[in-house]
Amino acid sequence: MPQHRLALCKEHYLHWIPEQAEAVIKKYRMFDKDQKILVSVSGGKDSLSLWDILWRLGYYTEGLYIDLGIDDSRYSFRSRGFTERFAMERNLRLHIFDIKKEYGYSIPEMIKKTPRGRRRACSVCGLVKRHVMNRFSIGNHYDVLTTGHNLDDEVAVLLGNTLDWSSGYLQRQGPVLSEANGLSKKVKPLFKFYERQIAAYAFLRGIRYILDDCPYSKDATSISYKQLLNKLEEGHPGAKLSFYIKFLKGSF
Amino acid sequence: MSVRVMVRDREYEVRPGITLYQALKELNIPVQSVIAARGEELVLEDELLKDGDIITLIPVISGG
Repeated sequence: MPQHRLALCKEHYLHWIPEQAEAVIKKYRMFDKDQKILVSVSGGKDSLSLWDILWRLGYYTEGLYIDLGIDDSRYSFRSRGFTERFAMERNLRLHIFDIKKEYGYSIPEMIKKTPRGRRRACSVCGLVKRHVMNRFSIGNHYDVLTTGHNLDDEVAVLLGNTLDWSSGYLQRQGPVLSEANGLSKKVKPLFKFYERQIAAYAFLRGIRYILDDCPYSKDATSISYKQLLNKLEEGHPGAKLSFYIKFLKGSF
Repeated sequence: MSVRVMVRDREYEVRPGITLYQALKELNIPVQSVIAARGEELVLEDELLKDGDIITLIPVISGG
């Protein structure tokens, strides 16, 4: 990890990641051990790693998997399978919210029905997921909703919002969003970890997750921003972390 | 005398004795976009690849 000037063996790495996550949770006052935490899980490396870390740290967690009904390559079926297996192996409680059953349309069907969806599938999907997560968290009295967003996710969004000068979005891009107006308190405990660090954690921990990309995310802007930022990071280790931390210091 | 490098459904060959970093550069694969494994172990960028190695690259970029 050149950005940290640190090299760790497997055993110490698997200890270091949860330790660092706990430091972030405490520093940013995300939640504590007597609170009920909802972890939004997709079957991918980030959210399953987050759930694993919180479970190992002794937090009370339950998972929420949102079944988007994406049949291409059996994407939703397989990602749901990874999530169910993960929860079962650790004896954790998992809730399934089936979009098609609840709303009558799957995400691919919603995308086809609206001009916005046909242009920007991820935007519609994100909107629906945020709505479901908030509704479920508030409706079931969780103290806090957590997502597995990592540093690369946050920096890509920050770059996009900066390029668009979206000042309203920039003001809401912190790792802790307070409860307000029907919105659950939302936190991102992995926001300081690089995507590669989380992938390495999942691999070394033996977490099985869906490796395929969502079939609708091929042309997602966030992925092209991540590729751009990775080129920057390669020449300037630590650039992504510095960009985001300096943004937080200047804004919050 | 070769090292096999697998990523998703593709397979490449590189010569032994170079580092993982050099191999990724030769294959034009962005270093930051993958982690590399030899069996159950991670391979670091400055590690030398040996003859007969089978290296699996795991893409890490996700988004949408």
